[in-house]
Formats: sequence, C-alpha cells, structure tokens
Amino acid sequence: MSDVAADAANPPLLPRSRTDWLPLILVPVLALAVLPLIGDVSSWVTLTIAGLAMGMMIFLMASGLTLVFGLMDIINFGHGVFISLGAYATLLVLGPLAGWASANSVALNLALLLLCIVVAMVLTGLVGAVFERVIVRPVYGNHLKQILVTMGGLIVTEQAIHAIWGASPIPIPLPETLRGAFVLGDIVMERYRVVAIGIGLLVFAAMQLLLNRTRIGLLIRAGVENPEMVEALGYRIRRLFVSVFVAGSALAGLGGVMWAFYRQTLTAGMGMEVMVLVFIVIIIGGLGSVGGCFVGSVLVALVANYVGFLAPKLALISNILVMALVLIWRPQGLFPVARR
Amino acid sequence: MTRISNSAKFDETRRQGPAIWLLSSDTPRSLLLSLILIGIVACLFAAPFVFSGSQPLSTAAKICVFVLLVASYDLLLGYTGIVSFAHTMFFGIGGYGIAIALERLGASWESVAIGLVSALALSAVLAAIIGLLSLRVRAIFFSMITLAVASAAAVLASQLSTITGGEDGLSFQLPAELRPAFRPLADPILGVTINGRILAYYLIFVVTVVIFLILLRIVNSPFGRVLQAIRENEFRAEALGYRVVAYRTAASVISALAATVAGALMALWLRYNGPDTTLSFSIMIDILLMVVIGGMGTLYGAIIGATLFVLAQSYLQILMGLGSTALAGIPLLPDLIHPDRWLLWLGALFIVSVYAFPGGIVGHLRRNRSP
Amino acid sequence: MAETSAEPLLKLESVHTHIGPYHILHGLNCEVPAGELTMLLGRNGAGKTTTLRTIMGLWQASSGSIRFDGRNITTLPTPDIARSGIAYVPESMAIFSDLTVRENIVLAARSGPVDTARLDWMLGLFPALKRFWNLPAGNLSGGQKQMLAIARAIAEPRRLLLVDEPTKGLAPVMVRSMIEAFRALKAAGETILLVEQNFHAASQLGDNVIVMEDGLVVHSGTMSDLVADKVLQRRLLGLSLDAHQ
Repeated sequence: MSDVAADAANPPLLPRSRTDWLPLILVPVLALAVLPLIGDVSSWVTLTIAGLAMGMMIFLMASGLTLVFGLMDIINFGHGVFISLGAYATLLVLGPLAGWASANSVALNLALLLLCIVVAMVLTGLVGAVFERVIVRPVYGNHLKQILVTMGGLIVTEQAIHAIWGASPIPIPLPETLRGAFVLGDIVMERYRVVAIGIGLLVFAAMQLLLNRTRIGLLIRAGVENPEMVEALGYRIRRLFVSVFVAGSALAGLGGVMWAFYRQTLTAGMGMEVMVLVFIVIIIGGLGSVGGCFVGSVLVALVANYVGFLAPKLALISNILVMALVLIWRPQGLFPVARR
Repeated sequence: MTRISNSAKFDETRRQGPAIWLLSSDTPRSLLLSLILIGIVACLFAAPFVFSGSQPLSTAAKICVFVLLVASYDLLLGYTGIVSFAHTMFFGIGGYGIAIALERLGASWESVAIGLVSALALSAVLAAIIGLLSLRVRAIFFSMITLAVASAAAVLASQLSTITGGEDGLSFQLPAELRPAFRPLADPILGVTINGRILAYYLIFVVTVVIFLILLRIVNSPFGRVLQAIRENEFRAEALGYRVVAYRTAASVISALAATVAGALMALWLRYNGPDTTLSFSIMIDILLMVVIGGMGTLYGAIIGATLFVLAQSYLQILMGLGSTALAGIPLLPDLIHPDRWLLWLGALFIVSVYAFPGGIVGHLRRNRSP
Repeated sequence: MAETSAEPLLKLESVHTHIGPYHILHGLNCEVPAGELTMLLGRNGAGKTTTLRTIMGLWQASSGSIRFDGRNITTLPTPDIARSGIAYVPESMAIFSDLTVRENIVLAARSGPVDTARLDWMLGLFPALKRFWNLPAGNLSGGQKQMLAIARAIAEPRRLLLVDEPTKGLAPVMVRSMIEAFRALKAAGETILLVEQNFHAASQLGDNVIVMEDGLVVHSGTMSDLVADKVLQRRLLGLSLDAHQ
C-alpha cells in the first residue's frame, strides 16, 4: 500500500476533496443559532451536552444497521432486539459484581461499565451470527420478506427475553461515581452523559479509522457501492457481510448498555421503542452512510433537546419534522450513497 | 394472460349468478377452504343465537373488526407489496373519531356520523401525504417512515390528554338504539331477547361484510391488477406507463379508510377508546401475524388469520397454562410455554409461514387442490 | 506468439443461461486461445454481456460447461473464478467512486502491494490516472473511469481479461488511446476477450473473432479472414463497411 502511495508524487490538478461540507456545518450552525433563543449559556451547555450524549447513543445503536443495509441491501427490522439484548446483558455482570457498582471508586465503576460492554457485545455478536444465518440469509434480495421475517425474529427474541428474565421492568443501578454532575461555575454537566459522549466519539473515530485506513474498510466502502464488483475482484463478500452483521449487532449491544444505564430500567421492548429514532436517523443520514448516520444522530438529538426546552409541545413531533425537512432538502438523505 | 383468463371468468360469472358476482369472481378455489370460510361466517352470523353470554359475543365482534382491519392491511401488504407500520394509526383515528365525537357532542347518530366522517377525512389526508412523500423515493423508506409517524401519533394521542383522554382513553355513551337496555322487539327470537347490544353486533357484522366485499371488488378490478403488476415488477409497470407512486398512494389511502372504519367499529363495540385498544405497536404486530399466517394477497386469509389469532389469544393461553403447570420443575421449559408466552409460538409460526408457506394457510389450501 | 497447446485457455461448451424467465444463451460454444485478443461481436441483445457475466459466475449457467485452463469453473462462485486468474471490466465500469484512484488500485491488487515496475507500466499506459491519483474516482471523466477500470483489471498479473465495450460513449480521441492501450496489452502477452460494437475498432485489434446472434455463436475464425470477406461481414453484422460507402 505504502509504495503505491509513494509513487504518486504528482500533485492533483482538481480540488482535493469532494467532501460535502454543508450537512457537517449544519450541526454547529444550528447549535449556535439557538444560543440567543435560549438566552443563558449554562442552560445552553447543559442542553447541548444532553443532546450530544443522546446523539452518541443513537449513533451507536444505528451505525450497524446502516452499514448492513449499505453493504448487502438488507433492512433488519429486528435490529432493536440487539439493543434490548445488550441492555439485559448488563444483568449478567451486575448480578455477580454488584459490589463494583456501589463502590465509590472511579476505576471499579468504569471497569464495571467496560465489562458490561464487553459481555453485551459478545452476546449480541453471537446472537447476531445466529440471526443472520437463520433469519436473514434465506431472504436476500427480497425487501418485503426481510421486513416480515426480521419482525418475526424480533417477536420471538423479545418473547425469549421475557421467558428468561421475566416480563416486568427491571431497575438497574448506575455505578456510584457516574451519578451526579460535574459543576463548572453555573454550568452543570451530568457525568454519565459526558462518559456517553466520550464512548460515542471513541467508537466513531475507530470506525472512521477502520473504514478509511484499512483494507477491510476499503472493502466495506467498495462493497456498499458495488458488491458485485468486489466479488469480481476476487473477494468473498459473504464472509465480509457476516462479519459486518455481527459487528453491527455488537454495536447495537454496546448502544443497548449505554441506553440501559441512561434509563436505569430494562424492558424487552426498549430496543424497539428506540428503533423509531434509529430509522429516522439512518434515513436522514442517507441509508448506508456511517458519517451521515453520525451527523443525523447528533442533529436529531440536539433538535429534540432544544425544542423540548423552547417549545415543549412541539418536542413530540420534532423528530418527524426534522426528517421531513431533510428529505425535502435531500430526498436521499444528507449523504446519499452511490449505488450501481 | 391474466387478463384473458379473467375476462373468461367474468363470462362464467354471468352464468353462475349473484353469489359469485358478490365475490367478484374471486372465489376461495378450494373445497376445504370454502367449507372453513362458510363455517366461520355462519358462526359469526349466528353468534348471538348460538353462544350464550357476553364473552363469546365480544370475541365474535373482535373477530369481525379484525377481519376488516387485516383485510384492509392485506390490500397494502399482499396486493401492493409495501409494508406499512402506520395501519394502527388509522385504526386509532377511527376509534378516536367516534370516541371524541360521542363524548363531546352527545350520544346521537349525528355524532357518530360527524366522528366517522372527520376521521375518514383525516386518515385520507394523512395517508396521501405519507404516501406521496415516502413512496416517491424507495418503498423501503415507506416502512421506516410509517413506523416513525405511527409512533409520533401514539405519543401525541397519549400526551394531548385534554382531547384524547391521554393514557386513560375515553369512555362514552352510545346512541340509545345500541345500548343493552334497548328492546326493539317484545318477544324473543329463538329464545334470545334482541337488545341494543345484539344490534350493535350486527351493525359491525354487516359493515364488515360489505366493506370486505368492496375490497374484494377492488383487488379484482383493473386497478387491483395494476397494483399486483407493480408488486411483481415495479420498473416494468413504470415502463408501461403506470404512475407507480400514484397507484401505491391510492392503495394506501383506500387501505387507511377501511382501517379507520374498523377503528370506529371497535370503539362502538367497546364504548371506549384508548391508546392500548387501537394505537399500540403490539396491535400492529398482531395484524402482521394475522395477515401472514392467514395468507398474504388472498383477502380470505384475513378471515382465517383474524379468527385463528383472536381464538388463540383467548383460548391458546388456557391450553398453554395447562402444559406449563404439567411441566413445572423443569428449568426454562415451563417459562417457554407459560400462557403469557403464546406470542413466542405465534412468532415462530410466523417466521415459518414466511419461508415455507408464503401464501399462508389460504395459499396452502389452494395449492393442495389445483384450481 | 500463441503457444498452440492442445486446449485453449478458455472453452465454453453448449452453455445455456437463464435470467429469471428469459432464456438468453442457447448452447454457446466458443474458445479463447492463450496470448491472443479475441473479439466478441454481435448486435445489441445477442448475449455478449451475458456471456461475459456467465464466465465470471455473476450469472449461473443453467447447463453446459466452462473450462478455464483445463479446470471446470462452471459452478464456482465469482470470487473463486476471479482468483483463478480472470479479471472483468463490466460495461458500467463499476469503479468505486467513493474511493480514490489509488484505493481502487490497492483493492484490485488482492495479493498484496503493487510492485513499482508494474505500477509504472500501468500508469505509462494510462498517464491520466497518475494525475488524479489521490482523488475520489467519482471525479474522473468517462474515459478516465474506463482507464481506471482496465488498470484495476491488470493491477496484478491475470491469465485472462474480460472487457465489455470499453469504447462505448467515448470521444474519438479517447477511443484511439484506448485502442493503443489494448495494443500494448496484447504486446505484453495478455489474453483478452473483448466485447465491441465498433467493428472499425475491433478490426484493428482482434486476432480472432466470435460473432454472436440470439444467444448462439454464428461465426468464429480469425479477424483477418473476416476483414477480407465483405460478404460474410454483411451477412453476420448487417452493417458491413460497404454499407457506409
């Protein structure tokens, strides 16, 4: 790879990037534009942090779905069940390690969170592999059947969660040191939200690195655009797809853990509830685009928080309004993915 | 080819008389299926006289409403090939239309008419907007967008409590003729005293039958054939000059209207409407289960699916309860057949149906005996 | 230049291909000898693209056999066919427009980094690619995309190139440089099966020629024979060179 790069000494004659800046600028412009409306800076910071944290969690839950769609044209309506499953997986860790949660130690608390994430991702990754094999594989190329069959998978898995962990909501404790807020002057930032933003940014950065700097990333990006040609170059795209499906399910599991500690209550339907936001976000972002999914998540969450503060009545339908406006502006989403 | 055999069928119709005409020549085409359907319809027709008590009559009314709801959904899913998750929204609009009108304007037939007409108008406008906006891009957008819109509608209904009664919903009085105390006849018929409740049941039954026959007419009309052509090959239909978006939107409007009527009937029967009875996502899942298990793209599947599902909902749980207690002590197994887990098994049946019997029960029965 | 071995590099025997309800190839027989450039001619809808796609395994032959280098590849999955040494340049070019020119080439060199000599040779064939090396391939013009698509096919040594209408829609200048590029590839000993509508371009390049009609081969032989025989041309291709005179 490197010697190929070294060989291209000639400077390009066209402008370097075709990056579409408009949607990227949209988010900060929006955030700054509402500042005068909100009036005081500390409320604005609190709202923005809350919106960013929410956006990161939605991004975690949505990124896998959009990649799977882009790569294999599979729409998984059962994706939400991986979110629920990831959330319930925290019980596997919180059960034996309840002491770590109540300990007044940042290290133990973060270790606990990390352990929850690892266990959840392994579990949802495994279930994702089974889901792909049993539910999804027989219905490639047929959207109607995909929607139906993945809904069926959702029903069955949700019921299985009920059978295993019971049907009533289960409260879970937020680890001790993650409760409360950092206070800087009159600016209040809830600790857990800051952690959520950190994890979200970390995952996004890792995904960008993977997609842009590795051969697997190249393959995924190429596969999103034209899977057939990737095969004609000699790559077994099926294997790639299964890995992406498993990774996408694991990411949903990770999102589920973050979402679970945020809500501090587990229900089997919690994944499906948040799926509405997930779908809105991947439509806004452009089906198949990870960057679009990120921008869309942050956009939707910020708008929801600002509108909730400025005009609480409107907040109920703010997501739909954002989606409608974006689709009127760009019918294929913010970052349309080129396909064959 | 379809067109030729179809016109041939119409000639046959003129010879075969009014029954076939009523069914728009789209007969069940299987002896067993015909017998089952006749059995179900006969039971529903005679329900007030055959079964005693209010529980079976409520079950029968629920079956009627769901037959209508599922048949209208089948027009969309089975005949047009698009998946909507907003069907319960239209169901709910019908319910709330009746509930709000009767609660606010008093228990009169005028209120029923005002509620129903405004609900129909709202549904038509919403369905047209959603269709025109989302079917323009890709059919798969439609599914996701309807999901989003439906959830927003559910949130709205539970939040705007001054109008909708919020989570508690609305209870209301029916017009005098539909109340249990109403006695139109002095003497009982076949030993059953006719009251307003039975009249309400027959209102639901008749409306369901009439709209079902209209839907049957629609799917067998040239319009319905175009819908199926689009389902089979969108691009070819477009190339033949059919405006795919317009046809799909029209289908989604028709389907929404029928669902609205079903919601109105549901509210009339329950004398109540709330988020859980008409708007919840679990009803949407129920509809999907009924239409797929019954048989997509057959309309008759709606009758079978709805009947089977409502009966299962009411009686399968009892059976599973027995099994669960019998297996007590074994780990997990009793939990899996716990009465509350009946959806687990229907869900599995659903998946198997999509793979193995794409035509559901109706398709399977028809295949056994070639037409 | 052709080593006349017993078996040609690629051999199709009574290959049938169905796409959905349509029967496209009706028992195709043809051969591609090693080290030569074979032109595949025929009208629109004759089945040329289907032939290439069937060889590549992108559409599965419903019967018949495809042998490549003595090995039966009829039912192999596409990636395995590619790995056995066949490269494919589809009519749509199918370059990855979101990836840079460099990334397109990197991806095409499946077995590892492209060595400098090969890269110099490729960029010598298509100098324009060097100029746009780090730009998204979607920015390229139609002709440059075609160059990239071919460069991608030869990014690592292959036994056989399948190229579908490389001159389609290109400006005359581009067509000429494309013909030059194929001459150079021929000189380098590549085996090529080239679909072409433009008989004028085809006649300058081909060693051999296969003419298809309605999913069948109606003629095969050397290009020089066909160029010499005007009557045969008119019969096979309808639009003979005479027709324009």
